[in-house]
Amino acid sequence: MLYLIEQCLNGIQLGMLLFLLAAGLTLIFGIMDLVNLAHGSLYMIGAYFAATFAAVTGSFVLGAILALLATLVVGMALEVIAIRRLYGRDHLDHVLGTFGLLLFFNELVRLIWGPGGLTLPLPSQMLTAVQVLPGVYYPAFRLVIIIATLIVALLLYVLVMRTRVGMLIRAGASNREMVGALGVNIKLLYTLVFGLGAALAGFAGLMQAPILTVQIGMGENILILAFVVIIIGGIGSVRGAFVAAIIVGLIDTIGRAFLPDLVRHFVSYSAGSSLGPSLSSMMIYMLMAAVLVFRPEGLFPASSK
Amino acid sequence: MAQLTPRNVLVATLLVLLALLPVYCTVTGNYFLMSLFTRILILGMAAVSLNLIMGFGGMVSFGHAAYLGIGGYAVGILAKEGINSGFIQWPVAVLVSALFALGVGALSLRTRGVYFIMITLAFAQMVYYVAIGLDRYGGDDGLTIHKRSEFFNPLNLSNRTIFYYLCFALLMVTVYLVWRLVHSRFGMAIQGARSNDRRMRAIGFPTYRYKLTCFVIAGTICGLAGALLANHTSFINPSIMFWTRSGDLIVMAVLGGMGTVFGPVIGAIALLVLEEALPILIGGASQLVTGHEVQGAREYWQLILGPMLLLIVLFARGGIDGLLARPSRG
Repeated sequence: MLYLIEQCLNGIQLGMLLFLLAAGLTLIFGIMDLVNLAHGSLYMIGAYFAATFAAVTGSFVLGAILALLATLVVGMALEVIAIRRLYGRDHLDHVLGTFGLLLFFNELVRLIWGPGGLTLPLPSQMLTAVQVLPGVYYPAFRLVIIIATLIVALLLYVLVMRTRVGMLIRAGASNREMVGALGVNIKLLYTLVFGLGAALAGFAGLMQAPILTVQIGMGENILILAFVVIIIGGIGSVRGAFVAAIIVGLIDTIGRAFLPDLVRHFVSYSAGSSLGPSLSSMMIYMLMAAVLVFRPEGLFPASSK
Repeated sequence: MAQLTPRNVLVATLLVLLALLPVYCTVTGNYFLMSLFTRILILGMAAVSLNLIMGFGGMVSFGHAAYLGIGGYAVGILAKEGINSGFIQWPVAVLVSALFALGVGALSLRTRGVYFIMITLAFAQMVYYVAIGLDRYGGDDGLTIHKRSEFFNPLNLSNRTIFYYLCFALLMVTVYLVWRLVHSRFGMAIQGARSNDRRMRAIGFPTYRYKLTCFVIAGTICGLAGALLANHTSFINPSIMFWTRSGDLIVMAVLGGMGTVFGPVIGAIALLVLEEALPILIGGASQLVTGHEVQGAREYWQLILGPMLLLIVLFARGGIDGLLARPSRG
């Protein structure tokens, strides 16, 4: 039972991380109609920045803030230099162009930081375990991730639903020509949205950095999961991304934790160890296929155009 | 047909060079080049099959590498179980790929646009994780294939030259088949569905069935390419199906030019030769600039390839083929 609660919390934590990536992707997709395979690269860059700045400043929090700003700047620069030219093109062009960017960023990171991974040590007060329920201890840093992401999600909600910029973002999603015709600087808006998405991805990267190694290609696996999340949730819907991220996070984590034992009843012990995790990974894709077959627009269709 | 346009000249020259390559390699003993080009022929075949659905059918499959893996694993698993006969291995590889394509196609073709891209990707990732879970067949580490597929006597695949010519012949058959297909009534219906699916349905074409058939044909050809690839490398592991490999296939098709049957072969040659040549070029350039070759500079060839892809997308939409085609072609 304790194990189950702990694994549920792990699942929610993974879900939160996926949400940070998926929120940016879904905003960029919903508003600019752009498939961005380079989103995982921004996640990776956020993690590298965090590890570097934390080492330079000696403070985790300061490093994280600097990394966030740096990723925002990189994202906005990327939009102005390259991404902007892809709007209005075919989805295949997006896939190909951003695939090229992904290769570029992987090599760039290797050129700057070298082929070996980095580690981002946590401040000591975050290494302790917190008692979340009577008898249930949970690592403090993972709780910090969950809480910080919830705050970000709330801020994002307020930004999109309650502010003037958010209103423009939503308007841009439903009819960009009209918004442009009404005199809104749509170019600047797009740059801002892309930068926001980049910052969210960078935030995910820097939060994940202390748990995993910071390495090249770290964004590629999780990017596909984030795509699965936005497909399940419905492209363009931040709320859908939130729900789907938690579902996917829980399935992945709980599957990994319990399926190997379950499978071992049927096959040998070692076969169960490798079959279990791959089964739980498959379950996510099966869920996505099922959602697409029965609800082709995702669970929370963003707009009924 | 028989016009002396730049692209016809290029295609003819390439075919002659590809046909003569083993002679050159045998004379000079440069077997690396032969191995590289065997790989190019095989991946070219996969790219041609992808182009059939992507370029002509408008179905952007982001999971095409799955068939490479399925074909490869069919050969690998049978070899591991002691069945080395190519007469069993290859039909199994082709059949399993066809069945998988039928299942994936039947579900995916209900969706369109970016959803189609993503659902094909999801199915490929599923197969990728199945392969990782195959503990008996190496799991994550992959499977070494100790013996190439066995056919009757003169067709001995362990002979590099014979294997090369087999790949060459199969590629030619594939190109011819796809060419015939594209120019048939079936191909016209597929291309019509790409331009306007609703109108095609309105004039009485069951486009879903047409597209599904096309999808299965492409998957089957790619499965055969997978069987060849496993024989070529004598090794198969899950990473052959990772989504970036599907990306590579798309790159080949687009780089060469999607609108033509032979374009993807040019793309495969261009991409794989670039992969080999760019490191050498970078090494040379660093030597020119600094006077000595910078340590490790060769590793960073993707730093050039990535932006190149972006530039091709932005400025050369027809790929290499489009650059060669006469403007009047439209």
